[in-house]
Amino acid sequence: MTSPLVSLELFAIGPVIITRPVVTTWVIMAGLTLFCWQATRRLSLAHPGRVQAVLEIVVGLLMSQIEDVLRKDPRPFLPLLGTIFLLLLTCNLSGLIPGVEAPTSKLETTGALALVVFISVQGFGIRTQGLGHYLSSFAEPKFFMLPLNLLSEITRHFSLAIRLFGNVMSGEFIIAMILALAGLLVPIPLMALEILVGIVQAYIFTILATVFIGAAVGSVEKG
Amino acid sequence: MDVKMISILGAAFAVGIGSIGPGLGEGRAVAACMDAIARQPDAASTLSRTLFVGLAMIETMAIYCLVIALLLLFANPYAA
Repeated sequence: MTSPLVSLELFAIGPVIITRPVVTTWVIMAGLTLFCWQATRRLSLAHPGRVQAVLEIVVGLLMSQIEDVLRKDPRPFLPLLGTIFLLLLTCNLSGLIPGVEAPTSKLETTGALALVVFISVQGFGIRTQGLGHYLSSFAEPKFFMLPLNLLSEITRHFSLAIRLFGNVMSGEFIIAMILALAGLLVPIPLMALEILVGIVQAYIFTILATVFIGAAVGSVEKG
Repeated sequence: MDVKMISILGAAFAVGIGSIGPGLGEGRAVAACMDAIARQPDAASTLSRTLFVGLAMIETMAIYCLVIALLLLFANPYAA
């Protein structure tokens, strides 16, 4: 059995080894970008097409969810969080296509995404509160809590990566195991469950990123 | 019993015992949320969002056990 912690190496550009999840992510990124570019080329207020109506529902839903959590204008946060949600949704669901392996079932992809969230949380925090005020918020409520707050800042982003990786990878692992034990067509109910898990995990990653950003900009209680 | 056998046993026990706690915890959380929704159906959307985030937090403990089991099986530094 191949280890779920190692990814298949496809080719190398100089010293950088390009693995399979990276190529899958590139394809998904290109597909999403092309689709959105095509869909937003001819937007109209008077005669919205079908694609535009669907996109408006998606964007509106994302904005209302972010606004519910942050209790703030969601516009500055929408590009990052919306992109993360759509990318994760496509990545998680891409594992259901035969021959494609979900990029989020590898620790590198989820780690990179959690790193993006970590850096942007600090960025939003410093931008809204100012550097001194943001740094002093780590010493709340008492100064001796400083190491614990710093530790929790790192571990919660670490657990963000591990959670997504563990859920998606374990789903694929179980499907592979049942396929090996029971045969063709038996793991189909589990694949249906995998659709649900993929959507829920994309949602949870985005909502947790929103909560972390909300804690950094001071509109949500730090937790 | 060599290191490999002990690692396999350890992985099985890590997942087996480690999923008891999160299972009980998730059950309690869902029961409390159902209770709250039954009392106040208007707040169902807020409650279920909070429930999902909370469940994800609880579930992380079980996922940690799974990752530790996988580390024991596939990336064990002592079994090489």
